[in-house]
Amino acid sequence: MADISSDFLGIKSPNPFWLASAPPTDKKINVLRAFEAGWGGVVWKTLGSQVKNVSSRYSAVNYGGQKVMGFNNIELISDRPLHINLREIEECIKLFPDRAMVISLMADNDRDSWHELIRKVEDTGAHGVELNFGCPHGMTERGMGAAVGQDPEIAKMVVEWVMEKATIPVITKLTPNVHSVVPTGKAVVQAGTNGLSLINTIQSVTGVDLDTLVPNPYVAGKSVFGGYCGPAVKPIALKFLTTIAQNEVTNKVPISGIGGVSTWKDAVEFMLLGASNVQVCTAAMKHGFRIVEDMCEGMINWMDDRGFKKLDDFIGKSVNNITHWEDLDINYHHIAHINQDKCVHCGLCYIACEDTSHQSINLEYGKPYNTYTIKEEECVGCNLCQLMCPVTDCITMEEHRVAPEYLNWKQFQEKGLPLNDH
Amino acid sequence: MIKANRLSPEQYQENFSDIHPPFETKDAAIVEANRCLFCYDAPCIKACPTSINVPKFIKQIVTDNVKGSAHTIFLSNIMGAGCSKVCPVEKLCEGSCVYNLMDEPPIPIAKLQRYSTEIAMKNKWQLFQRKETTGKKVAVIGAGPAGLSCAHMLSREGVDVTVFEKEKLGGGLMTYGIAAYKVTPQFCEDEVDYITSIGGISIKYEQELGRNITLQELREKFDAVFLGFGVGLARQLEIPGEEFEGVEDAISFIYNIRNKGFENVAVGDKVAVIGMGMTAIDAATQAKRLGAKEVTMLYRRTQEEMPCTQAELDIAKLDGCNVIWLTAPKEILGTEGKVTSLIAEVMELGEPDASGRRSPVPTDKQFILEVDMVIKAAGQMPYEYVVMKHQLENKNGKISVNNAATNLEGVFAGGDCVNGGKEVVDAVQAGKDGATSILEYIATNARMKS
Repeated sequence: MADISSDFLGIKSPNPFWLASAPPTDKKINVLRAFEAGWGGVVWKTLGSQVKNVSSRYSAVNYGGQKVMGFNNIELISDRPLHINLREIEECIKLFPDRAMVISLMADNDRDSWHELIRKVEDTGAHGVELNFGCPHGMTERGMGAAVGQDPEIAKMVVEWVMEKATIPVITKLTPNVHSVVPTGKAVVQAGTNGLSLINTIQSVTGVDLDTLVPNPYVAGKSVFGGYCGPAVKPIALKFLTTIAQNEVTNKVPISGIGGVSTWKDAVEFMLLGASNVQVCTAAMKHGFRIVEDMCEGMINWMDDRGFKKLDDFIGKSVNNITHWEDLDINYHHIAHINQDKCVHCGLCYIACEDTSHQSINLEYGKPYNTYTIKEEECVGCNLCQLMCPVTDCITMEEHRVAPEYLNWKQFQEKGLPLNDH
Repeated sequence: MIKANRLSPEQYQENFSDIHPPFETKDAAIVEANRCLFCYDAPCIKACPTSINVPKFIKQIVTDNVKGSAHTIFLSNIMGAGCSKVCPVEKLCEGSCVYNLMDEPPIPIAKLQRYSTEIAMKNKWQLFQRKETTGKKVAVIGAGPAGLSCAHMLSREGVDVTVFEKEKLGGGLMTYGIAAYKVTPQFCEDEVDYITSIGGISIKYEQELGRNITLQELREKFDAVFLGFGVGLARQLEIPGEEFEGVEDAISFIYNIRNKGFENVAVGDKVAVIGMGMTAIDAATQAKRLGAKEVTMLYRRTQEEMPCTQAELDIAKLDGCNVIWLTAPKEILGTEGKVTSLIAEVMELGEPDASGRRSPVPTDKQFILEVDMVIKAAGQMPYEYVVMKHQLENKNGKISVNNAATNLEGVFAGGDCVNGGKEVVDAVQAGKDGATSILEYIATNARMKS
């Protein structure tokens, strides 16, 4: 059976599933429940500056009858007294010494505050710290959180302060509220951070209440931009993660992947794109801590099926499969094929192609069932029909190379090959 | 023994409660609505005689546009509320749902249709704006599905419609000819009120063609006439003993259940029902639900040829009705004028007949069924005498039409009186077709005059 124990900067955990710094990790009772359920580690909800939270705090985006495709929050960092948090952290470490305990930090913007905070946290026996340079709401108005992460210079300065004091591993958490996470990532790596984690939440408005006309979440007739997370942000997180995993400066440190991880499959995808472990929040908030059981079992079964014995065997294996558009092989071509035995005649492939793509599907009228077939000479191989088809493996994309040799766009131009004439 | 009042009020209540209960919550409706794939050129639309845009109305439930959803339904089928309760959807929309091809339960289209239309009716939403009156007047005979659907479409176009109905209530067979556990009389009344609330439709009750009104006077007073008087007479078995007390036709049996109150309808201990159509099922199940000890349905062909749907047969079977295939009644026996038994003849299937189904042929075997009541549900006959009296071209009493127009100038027809008896939803479409033809006819006449 595959071994999924994880070692992140020397911080050991029985599996690569940590709970992200967030409401599920803001006090002892939650964290003990998480450890009992089997989570490999937690990043304790951010400690630091004194704050007070509001009511309400969360809102969600539902889609197609599914609740919480996306989720946002306007909760700030921990509003509990620091000494209580520190005492509880110490107690949790004693009760579950085999689990990772990393503490998220966001001190006031001066060197002494950071040094003071790190000293207190290290006294608890915590295994690492994570610098919260990502929180996109509230704290930014005080020049903290994402306001730090958005400016590589400020981020670098803060990391330098931290590295002067810290004796345990330091992970810097990046904000996605930038056009690229690489500049800040590079700056903090150069400042000495031991690891990176990403993404934090994305600034968002989840919707507007059509009765009150007030956006969500509602606080006494007003709302603010909240941090968006959950399954909806996973593709964005994977993209940012890949840019960090591909950059030669930032890929020198281990990365903890965050952003919409809900299942073992999500976790594997993050790890294939360069994350050494993953952090989870929204999925746990939706279903409770019990989801970790299948995350572990699913990952082990997949690894066994693929012959991977330990996590390092597959971490980063897909990073180089994302390339530049200009390097894509133009001679690669595939076209859709509809398996008539599986087709249920819903017409979704047809209408998608006819209205919004390349008119490559033929409709033969029938009552009540039409027959749909691919016009192979028209099909550009865009995948749209296959994506819309409700039946698994009914539409398959079949390879029909234009020519056997590899040909990219630059070579195509150099050869003066003809463009489309329609 | 044939007697009424066999059950307690609670038992009647339970036996005749809604057989297809509605969604209890909006959430429940939305879960199912979300399963809909929103097919393009959807099979369910094609399978619906009125071509309701099913994927659209279901999508509108999902988007919280219930008003739009109800409008989508009623635009195609003004009796969409009633049809959601009585349509044999298993052979129409739901039967063609693509989920059947995935071996998954189809979308509960009828239940979703009921959801939207019930909310619309409850809130009395006025979803159609009647155009300014054109001064044109049309008479409609029969306030059943065909007549009401025709009247509504005409009224929308600004025509003033007068509907003549021989019964005390509108709705036609919806009100008088369908099992009470599918639609209640109150619902039928509400539905008629909802349809006519558009204005411009006046229903004159207890007005029967040939009795209080004549076609000739209607043709003189109105710009056009639509005949939607349906079918009514039960087909006779034409066997000895049909005159005994205890032999009843299914139509009047069902009519009484809906009209007199459950406790006042008498039913035998052992009941034979002849036929296997929807009406036969409604009669058999309701006889059982009224307290008959034993109900046996006789059908002269096999299950392959039965006119009712499997879902309907299942209702009868679950109610405990016996079914004997390949059996036809030969003679009803009785003493003192009352039914005591039925001689049944065993049949076999021969060559296909005009309907394409293999026709039943008697064998030399027969048996006796002890019964004290026989309900005849072997089909309904057109009002042939009415048709003949008015020199309407017809085929065995079924009015012949061309685009809903009869051979008489300005006289149109549709529904059961034309097709011999189909579903409510077919009659609704026939009413729409009639209205379309009438509007063209009126417009052509107006052009010719000017």
